[in-house]
Amino acid sequence: MRWEVVFQPQNLALYAEGLTTTLWLLGTSLLAGGVLALLCALVLTSSSRALMPLRWLTSAYTYCLRGTPLLIQVYLIYYGLAQLEFVQSRWDAVWPWTYFKEALFCAWLAFTLNTAAYTAEMLAGAMRETSAGEIEAAQAMGMSHAKVLARVVLPSAMRRTLPAYSNEVVMMLHSTSLASAVPAITDITSAASRIYARFFLPFEAYLFAAAIYLSITFVLVMGFRWAEKHFLGYLAPQRA
Amino acid sequence: MPNRDIKLQVENLHKRFGDHEVLKGVGLQARAGDVISIIGSSGSGKSTFLRCINLLEKPHQGRIVVAGEELKLKPARGGELVPVQPAQLQRLRTKLAMVFQNFNLWAHMTVLGNVIEAPVHVLGVPRDEAIARARKYLDKVGLKGVEDRYPAHMSGGQQQRVAIARALAVEPEVMLFDEPTSALDPELVGEVLRVMQALAEEGRTMVVVTHEMGFAREVSNHLIFLHQGRIEEEGPPREVLAQPKSERLAQFLSGSLK
Repeated sequence: MRWEVVFQPQNLALYAEGLTTTLWLLGTSLLAGGVLALLCALVLTSSSRALMPLRWLTSAYTYCLRGTPLLIQVYLIYYGLAQLEFVQSRWDAVWPWTYFKEALFCAWLAFTLNTAAYTAEMLAGAMRETSAGEIEAAQAMGMSHAKVLARVVLPSAMRRTLPAYSNEVVMMLHSTSLASAVPAITDITSAASRIYARFFLPFEAYLFAAAIYLSITFVLVMGFRWAEKHFLGYLAPQRA
Repeated sequence: MPNRDIKLQVENLHKRFGDHEVLKGVGLQARAGDVISIIGSSGSGKSTFLRCINLLEKPHQGRIVVAGEELKLKPARGGELVPVQPAQLQRLRTKLAMVFQNFNLWAHMTVLGNVIEAPVHVLGVPRDEAIARARKYLDKVGLKGVEDRYPAHMSGGQQQRVAIARALAVEPEVMLFDEPTSALDPELVGEVLRVMQALAEEGRTMVVVTHEMGFAREVSNHLIFLHQGRIEEEGPPREVLAQPKSERLAQFLSGSLK
């Protein structure tokens, strides 16, 4: 085993670049995906007749993105969309299409759409489960529909989604390794792949990558544990 | 008898669930300081009656007037009545605070949070003032030092008293109680009934759906007996309970121990 190769400065620098890219992808896709998920969850749980077509569309969206592998979604956006003549003829000048020229944007888009779909369904499920009694009490106090959502349903549902969401975040971290399927992107896994390709040390390269993922996961899990204690204190058994 | 204001007037409520008609033309009138008890067997429609007053259930027919203001209603697609202006309903609901059988406290908020929520976010009371109000009413219901506790960490009797404080904090015209002690064990029933008695003695207007005949007899000044969606008998509690005119009321009372 030749661990010293992995610790050579230029290789460590490669891992560092991969780490930065991975964290950037994770952070931005979770943020954008979170906002999108909230909007989708509001649409999915609304009972207004006017929103029915939008509700159907949102359901179809979550079904498709939860029903297909993330890798295929990355391929469809990077190799598919970005290869269409329609897109390529516009991506030098016309605004939204200029983004598709960058590989990182394609990966970010795939991850965002994917995490938004899963998180939307999680949140919508928790919202539907909100205690009917609490909602009635809020209505009986004279709260408007929007206020009931903002003061009772969403705070309660978001708290209850937290444990499941921590799983989603950790899974998203590991899913970012699929960005390595896109040749132009250097994330942790593709950094490891490059080192393997150059030195033929698959075990050392990938084990080091695994250790990096483990460390990030540790930080995330600790963070969520703190968050659960802080936000879900009301569900814990009483401290004597 | 001085002419007290009519705080709540409900007329001719009809309500059906599908084909089953639950309320067949019931109503009541509450003047300031009245404590009206509604009794009846399960399925008689008493909870539905109470819940129609603040439109948690939508009646198919009827008129609701709160503190002199009539709630404007119009028929909706399924036949039930809905408010013409949702904002008016929200405003009238702040005058009608409700206490539920299952307390319905907001689990993710502390006791203090529960009590200041409506004053701050519905009535627009400044936070400091709302906190002072909350402390005053929590003290009134006999709860001290539990401000920062979560509802799930308290006994049923304590939770219900928080719910009463929450209802008091919006300083309503009329308080509606939907079987407030039915979910409590006998020991805790007493502490809640004592609070309600103190409120009644203060002169608050209350409409109470209850199974507690002792409360109905001693504290309320008007009793309504509901049977299968109709008011079978009503009047001063002591008279009605001691000498029921209708056979069904006599049957109902013979079933209860008090």
